[in-house]
Amino acid sequence: MNRVAILAALILSACGAQDAPLISSRMISGDAIVEPLTKTTGDAIRGEKLFVSREEGHCILCHKVDGLEAEFQGDVGPDLSFVGDRFNAGQLRLRIADYQLVRPGALMPSYFRTHDLHQVGKAYVGETVLTAQQVEDIVAYLADRKTSDDDA
Amino acid sequence: MIRLAGLVSITLITACSATTEVSDVPELAAEDIVSASVFLNSETRALQEDTFANPGYLWVDRGEALFSQPPAAGPACITCHEKGLRGVAATYPAYDENIGQVLNLEGRINQCRVTQQSEPAWTFESDELLSITAYVANQSLGEPISVDVNGPARAVYEVGRDYFQTRRGQFNLSCQQCHTENWGKRLRGDTLSQGHGNGFPAYRLEWESLGSLHRRLRDCDTGVRAEPLPYGDPLYVALELYLAERSKGISIETPGIRR
Repeated sequence: MNRVAILAALILSACGAQDAPLISSRMISGDAIVEPLTKTTGDAIRGEKLFVSREEGHCILCHKVDGLEAEFQGDVGPDLSFVGDRFNAGQLRLRIADYQLVRPGALMPSYFRTHDLHQVGKAYVGETVLTAQQVEDIVAYLADRKTSDDDA
Repeated sequence: MIRLAGLVSITLITACSATTEVSDVPELAAEDIVSASVFLNSETRALQEDTFANPGYLWVDRGEALFSQPPAAGPACITCHEKGLRGVAATYPAYDENIGQVLNLEGRINQCRVTQQSEPAWTFESDELLSITAYVANQSLGEPISVDVNGPARAVYEVGRDYFQTRRGQFNLSCQQCHTENWGKRLRGDTLSQGHGNGFPAYRLEWESLGSLHRRLRDCDTGVRAEPLPYGDPLYVALELYLAERSKGISIETPGIRR
């Protein structure tokens, strides 16, 4: 049986699927990652900066948030002005970290993933787009995007 | 034991290759196909159409001079192509029977340079190759793109289609997802085009220079954090053939102005 296992490992590494997902199936319940990825609670203010920053999150390339001070916000992805009304923190966490685990055809890139990727640029091999803490910061920012916040 | 191992490996190989989804992917509807120049603002589009102001014509003019200038050993291009090459660029990439390969326009020009002119091939993105390619492509200005993807070019076309439809890079995005499934939407200040190559070599405002389609493809791959392929790579030539077939009916705009 050992020989089969070795063969399987060889073939898997040949097709670049050697890494297990950073988000294990145990961490997912339904369409959410309920537990935060870090011990440090996400910071919504840092999250907003990441959301806009060209160098880091750059979420506004594809998404818009009303009232955010950033010109030319994209519309390839959904409008996130009130995304907190639709999704809780756990659902946002999965959608940012690795939504393709539950919806393989999703356009949304996986920001906390290193497994099963192809032709990755040399500078990014084995790296996630965002750190776990950055994911938590953006989750904190987006979970606050609620209609009630504007009414208050 | 051996049979079991064989079965495992076949299953795993199938699982691996399943990452390329080829069947049932949407294609551009024929009535929707538009050049990227449609998404330019009116001033930039006017700049493209003004042959005096369009900076790409600096390269076209240099290409015209090179076309009639004899190299050290062989004849000038114009000696054989005295009537010019109107319409030719609209049929490229094309299969070359003599070498049994699909060549893009740059490859065809270099092939001529080596075999007919006894000169070394020009390097990709050299001013000479850009200039002469722009000049030859510009002779097909307004000609509808019409490449042959049947016969010997078919397999290459399919390789290009696979490249287009395969997710890649750290962002795990395919060309297809942006340029077939989401064209027209806003990517910050830009509009996602349909990804046609009909303006190339094109003067890209971001480059402040004329550049080849392969340079543009490298930028796209870099954008999804994939490792870009070398200039002239057969995979990019295959992709170029797929793109040209996908652009059927829209016309050559070289030198296009692009953002």
